[in-house]
Amino acid sequence: MKRRDFLKGVVGSCAAMATVSGSVEARGNNPRLPGAVGLLFDSTLCVGCKACVTACKQANDKVLDVPADKPYLDRTMHLSPDALNVIKMYKNGKPEVKDREVDGFAFQKQSCMHCVDPSCVSVCPVQALLKDGTTGVVTYDKDACIGCRYCVASCPFQIPKFNYDDPFPEIHKCQLCNHLWSENKFSACADVCPTGATLYGPVEKLMAEAKRRTSLNPGEVTRFPRRDIEGKEFGREQKVVKYVDRIYGEKEGGGTQMLMLSGVPFDKQGLPDLHERSSASVSETIQHTLYSGLVAPAVILAGLVGVARRNTKNHTDESPEEDAHE
Amino acid sequence: MSSYAPVGGRLVTPVTVVLGGLFGISVFLLVIRFINGLGAVSNLNDGYTWGIWVVVDIVIGTAFACGGYAMALLVYVFNKGQYHSLVRPALLASMFGYTLGGLAVLFDLGRWWNFWHLISPAYFNVNSVMFEVGACVFLYVIVMWIEFLPAFLEKLGINRLRQKLNKMMFLFIALGILLPTMHQSSLGTMMVVFGRMIDPLWQTNMLPLLFVLSAYTMGLSVVIFEASISAEGFKRQRETRLLGQMSTVIVGLILIYLAIRIGDIIARGELSRIYSNGFLSGMFLVEMALFLIPVLILLTKRARSSAALLFVAAVSMLLAGSLYRIDTMLVAFNPGSEYSYFPSIPEMLITIGIISFEILAYIVLAKYLPVLHQEKQAGATGELRSL
Ligand code: SF4
Ligand code: SF4
Ligand code: SF4
Repeated sequence: MKRRDFLKGVVGSCAAMATVSGSVEARGNNPRLPGAVGLLFDSTLCVGCKACVTACKQANDKVLDVPADKPYLDRTMHLSPDALNVIKMYKNGKPEVKDREVDGFAFQKQSCMHCVDPSCVSVCPVQALLKDGTTGVVTYDKDACIGCRYCVASCPFQIPKFNYDDPFPEIHKCQLCNHLWSENKFSACADVCPTGATLYGPVEKLMAEAKRRTSLNPGEVTRFPRRDIEGKEFGREQKVVKYVDRIYGEKEGGGTQMLMLSGVPFDKQGLPDLHERSSASVSETIQHTLYSGLVAPAVILAGLVGVARRNTKNHTDESPEEDAHE
Repeated sequence: MSSYAPVGGRLVTPVTVVLGGLFGISVFLLVIRFINGLGAVSNLNDGYTWGIWVVVDIVIGTAFACGGYAMALLVYVFNKGQYHSLVRPALLASMFGYTLGGLAVLFDLGRWWNFWHLISPAYFNVNSVMFEVGACVFLYVIVMWIEFLPAFLEKLGINRLRQKLNKMMFLFIALGILLPTMHQSSLGTMMVVFGRMIDPLWQTNMLPLLFVLSAYTMGLSVVIFEASISAEGFKRQRETRLLGQMSTVIVGLILIYLAIRIGDIIARGELSRIYSNGFLSGMFLVEMALFLIPVLILLTKRARSSAALLFVAAVSMLLAGSLYRIDTMLVAFNPGSEYSYFPSIPEMLITIGIISFEILAYIVLAKYLPVLHQEKQAGATGELRSL
């Protein structure tokens, strides 16, 4: 009988937990901020010159990796503590035509996406990573960071990088060059881009521009803004390449503040196929359901205290009072 | 007289020397880690930034250290007084498991000198699952030391304080049940945010429930495991009848765990992955087998009264729970094809060293403090103590 009671208790508590962990509607995706700033990367405009890789390094005091004869061409292939921005190449078969999936090639920018509802901010136990309440830029504060690398593991884009060979390591990721704002400058990668493939500006405007481009007919000639979408500066007029019908970052993982356009499907270029629901919201919903206001733990604790009190009396513990006068 | 007594016996034995040596090696390697960084001794990388130090030392280590939690819940909440003699040794092992898990956190943290931010309100992020785990584990370690304090006080002969503490002990016992329930489940929640990076056979919103259930079951199993080992090592009387009774609880819990695990996979429509998922299907099936072995072994009453079979069942359950954690956090975790991870030799030696230290400290304390249940037959205590 008693064993059955015990199992009943266990099943009961499991069922209680199952209902809370099952009801995941409490926190939806965080909404886009009206004042958000970000980048629009249009792969069909990128010529692979990697000027942005070098500019990013210079703007962020990183070591350049350039051959002596070509001091403008940084060789860096992967994100690292010394590279917050890289251009990757997609190649297929005989890479003859740019922006074509088969027998073609394309370029892809890799840097922090400044997620609308970032995993890295949600998981950081000590608020070293924060999302700015106005601009939505995801920033890092090394003085708060404990180096647990939960952000490194949880970022769906594998962006935050950590120095494993340094006794005083830090997390390294793009912070949208917000340190340049006080000098009236903006993201170095967008600033330097000759074609406007990387474009800086308010996300709302970048999104409208992205939609304009995807609605154009392939072959049509249009002007592409350069550097800052609000700067009224244009690159050369150019024929529109056929885009895949998707603005990457509009919905992916709850949306991002770096938007992407491409002629080659995004998954082929190594971008993850994410749920529209942000991982942060799924995880925080469970956490909040169980712990919001610490109500549930307090109730359970009260119950446990009562039961433990009665039961420690029932069968006195290891060294009961009446034993004390040895 | 108290019902617990020190085991006594020599300290320097072949076993303690080997354990001490292994611990020494890990200290040496840890010095290198602190001088040259994590990469100097480990294979950690930005894809697999958490390796065996997190998965084995902390996550599996604290699950092994759930004996104290498991016994407290059984004895003080479900009022199973018959298991009382198992409480204190289980608590000692838990206290060490958790304290060392906490220390393992320190050398895994890249910016370890800031570790106190985890418990400083100026920094903490209540949305972060890791914050909750960190804060709970920290509190739980303190609670366990308080729970264990009477044993020290008894040794030192400070009885008045001990009595006072014992009167309030129910408060700490209650906390000592709540806190592990919270963070053992949160260790599962911690993996939810990885989303599609974890294979659907393991990724589920049920992770917190599955983690706490399996941790609790591992806690009960580790009590059987430790009781068997110390019966052998310290040449003590076996507590087979008691352990056999307790094993029925383990069977029940495993069945509940498996029902939720499989039911959830079916509900999410991922059942076919059990066979169509290549290597991961294999890992899943091995895991399932390890969970089922104790169930099958412990079905008959005869098996439950065999010390050897109980031991095998407990070991299988501990392996099952460990593999479940390794699979969820490392094997089924895929950060992209350009990354791979297998622990380096120094990395493994550090883990082995920490475990050795844990066992060593347990042996030493069991010899000098009233931890193990006092034996009824005086004859048994006089025998050779080989540990
Ligand atoms: S891309 Fe990664 S690092 Fe950047 S905001 Fe999103 S989760 Fe954080
Ligand atoms: S490594 Fe630093 S920034 Fe990243 S989650 Fe941990 S504490 Fe936060
Ligand atoms: S915004 Fe600045 S830090 Fe970020 S990728 Fe561009 S140049 Fe680099």
